[in-house]
Amino acid sequence: MEKELRLMKGNEAVAEAAIRAGADGYFGYPITPQSEILEYLMVAKPYETTGMVVLQAESEVAAINMVYGGAGCGKKVMTSSSSPGISLKQEGITYIAGAELPCLIVNVVRGGPGLGTIQPAQSDYFQATKGGGHGDYHLIVLAPASVQEMADFVGLSFDLAFKYRNPVMMLSDGAIGQMMEKVWLSPQKERSKTVPEWATTGKPPTRERNIITSLDLDPNAQERFNQKLIDKYNLIKEKEVRYEEFQCDDAEYLFVAYGTSARVCQKAVQLCRADGIKVGLLRPITLFPFPSKRINELADKMKLILSIEMSAGQMVEDVMLSVNGKVPVYHFGRMGGIVTAPDEVVEFLKSKIIGG
Amino acid sequence: MTEEIIIAGFGGQGVLSMGKIMAYSAMMQDMEVSWMPSYGPEMRGGTANVIVIISSDRISSPIVRNFDTAIILNQQSLDKFENAVKPGGVLIYDGNGITRHPERKDITIYRVDAAEEAGKMNSPKTFNMIVLGGFLKVKPLIKLENVIKGLKKSLPERYHNLIPMNEKALERGREIIKKV
Amino acid sequence: MTEATGIKEIIKPENLVYKRTKIMTDNVLSYCPGCGHGTAHRILAEIIEEEGIQSQTIGISPVGCSVLLYNFLDIDWQEAAHGRAPALATAIKRLLPDKFVFTYQGDGDLAAIGTAETIHACNRGENILIIFINNGIYGMTGGQMAPTTLVGMKSSTSPYGRDVKLMGNPLKMTEIVATLPGTYYVTRQSVHTAANVKKTKKAMRKAIQYQKLNKGTCFIEIVSNCPSNWKMTPVESNKWMEANMFPFYPLGDLKVPAEETTK
Repeated sequence: MEKELRLMKGNEAVAEAAIRAGADGYFGYPITPQSEILEYLMVAKPYETTGMVVLQAESEVAAINMVYGGAGCGKKVMTSSSSPGISLKQEGITYIAGAELPCLIVNVVRGGPGLGTIQPAQSDYFQATKGGGHGDYHLIVLAPASVQEMADFVGLSFDLAFKYRNPVMMLSDGAIGQMMEKVWLSPQKERSKTVPEWATTGKPPTRERNIITSLDLDPNAQERFNQKLIDKYNLIKEKEVRYEEFQCDDAEYLFVAYGTSARVCQKAVQLCRADGIKVGLLRPITLFPFPSKRINELADKMKLILSIEMSAGQMVEDVMLSVNGKVPVYHFGRMGGIVTAPDEVVEFLKSKIIGG
Repeated sequence: MTEEIIIAGFGGQGVLSMGKIMAYSAMMQDMEVSWMPSYGPEMRGGTANVIVIISSDRISSPIVRNFDTAIILNQQSLDKFENAVKPGGVLIYDGNGITRHPERKDITIYRVDAAEEAGKMNSPKTFNMIVLGGFLKVKPLIKLENVIKGLKKSLPERYHNLIPMNEKALERGREIIKKV
Repeated sequence: MTEATGIKEIIKPENLVYKRTKIMTDNVLSYCPGCGHGTAHRILAEIIEEEGIQSQTIGISPVGCSVLLYNFLDIDWQEAAHGRAPALATAIKRLLPDKFVFTYQGDGDLAAIGTAETIHACNRGENILIIFINNGIYGMTGGQMAPTTLVGMKSSTSPYGRDVKLMGNPLKMTEIVATLPGTYYVTRQSVHTAANVKKTKKAMRKAIQYQKLNKGTCFIEIVSNCPSNWKMTPVESNKWMEANMFPFYPLGDLKVPAEETTK
């Protein structure tokens, strides 16, 4: 079957890709700037075609717990929200991580803290990559930078989630969610009929009962479980790092940026090179696991590195840890819902070259 | 070839849908496109603008601060975006309700009185198609046949009977746009 | 008749009146002596065995005294976050509509932190059974005031008795859900006497049958005791429950299917 070309918003692409990836269920609650995902699914009515369940929950808290229930049955289930809603979901997310359930959570980030703004931001990086809720855990975090990737990463997220029995977050933002671009959609996949051996589907006489839980009152057993999670995260760090390099071969300066900021920085690279400044861009596609090793290698031939993100400086901490003092690392980016402009990035780099 | 365009006016003037039709049309011509709206909490009545980028190559930033073309449909937008046009770029505006006209000398300025014309044609909803027709006269990036294809793609089927009227509006825009 | 032959006579299969249900595991119950949870568990286990639905059943356990419920019944379980069991049950039932899905929740879980999940699952008419154990106190955390604690009743966070001006009124959750169009069968029972155990078991059997009809939420409240936190002996606690809890939380059906009332 051939791929289909459409012009779509990033949010719509997530919804359509979920249907086509053979998702079993979506549970969500409206919040700007991602409500198109639920709206699109309600118009598409996949429950009449693929059998995918779509439900508007009474709250983000309920929605993420519906995801827990569905994932516990071994189903491909997902939710989406934007920053304030993702904060509400953190309770459910840590339980999902603790019960080792696969699922997809899409965060179309807006500026914060609090109610903040409805405009795009990247200020949920810490929350997404360092756990978010209580306890020692990580999500696998993918950062789409185009509408195409909003579609492609849905299937990839489910694959990774089931491979590692771990929740996956797509960390997008209001710009990518709201903008339209061309997108090639994959053909419809059938919903999976295989039931994971750990899923709760009713205990037949042939197996022990399955229990989905994150509780262990025995500290020794709980510590063994914590160690098991760490081992899993280490395996993910070893196997699943994804990034894209843009004109890094002869670069003397490096931008590190993901999502919308990576798009802005591509333009900034072009502007710099037109001015004779040799800049390259490394775009992390996975934020957890972070491409630390590659950034450390690239640091050897750079004069300085700029971490560009629409926040007060969050990813810059991971860039600094990766660079480990080899060269100066700076953060630059707009906040509060303002998308950094390419020429602002160029000006900042120039000021650091002169000042540095 | 890359053309970075901003379309700005009031919500309800068809700003976003004009951009959408532009994007669909360019897609019909196998070009890369991006459509990036600026959105607020209100559904109607506020200012609305959208950045459309049409390119023969992969589009880098969907958000830029300087434009090859600015299509301006009210005074607030003119005040905001006149200086955002790149030197040598194009500014197209509708004179309706404009009290301070564009003043820059290093860009080419066109006027298309689409609101007035749409009134004369007795079809106020084709306003944005008159503007689009004018733009395509000045920047013939997309063939008319692809715009019609784009219209078909972006309009729900029940409105396809309106396409001939929109075609007429596009033609009218080509005729009435004039260099200032 | 010697004593030995007497025992042999008693343990003859035809004289068997009571046996351990297979659905109960060998794990030792974590409840205080005299607590109603154990009886409620046993009824649930018996009914699952008698209806032959072990392979069709998915239970959701709460946070509260019965947090370890999944250790006691030999069925598939999901352990929910505090109050969220009806949200889990919603998704499980919608994704596996042929299964029997139930939640088992205490008063803090269902009527305080999980109020929204309870009301909305019932209001959507999810085809699930919600079992609500109401003993008017937070047991697991050590006897704090619950949403269902009676006026004047002492707890560690209402040490001078529940003062309505200060702490608000006890919440009749079962009465609330009975008003929602999504609920199909709503009843209030207890498990402190053999007669009441029979009635509760009958209610559970109905709920299982009703779930097959896909007509809405079934909701069974079991008014129960908490000897430890009420600071009474089991017998005293049951007497106190009859004298104080039942007048405010009267036993009986609150909503029965229209088909049944006309019969």
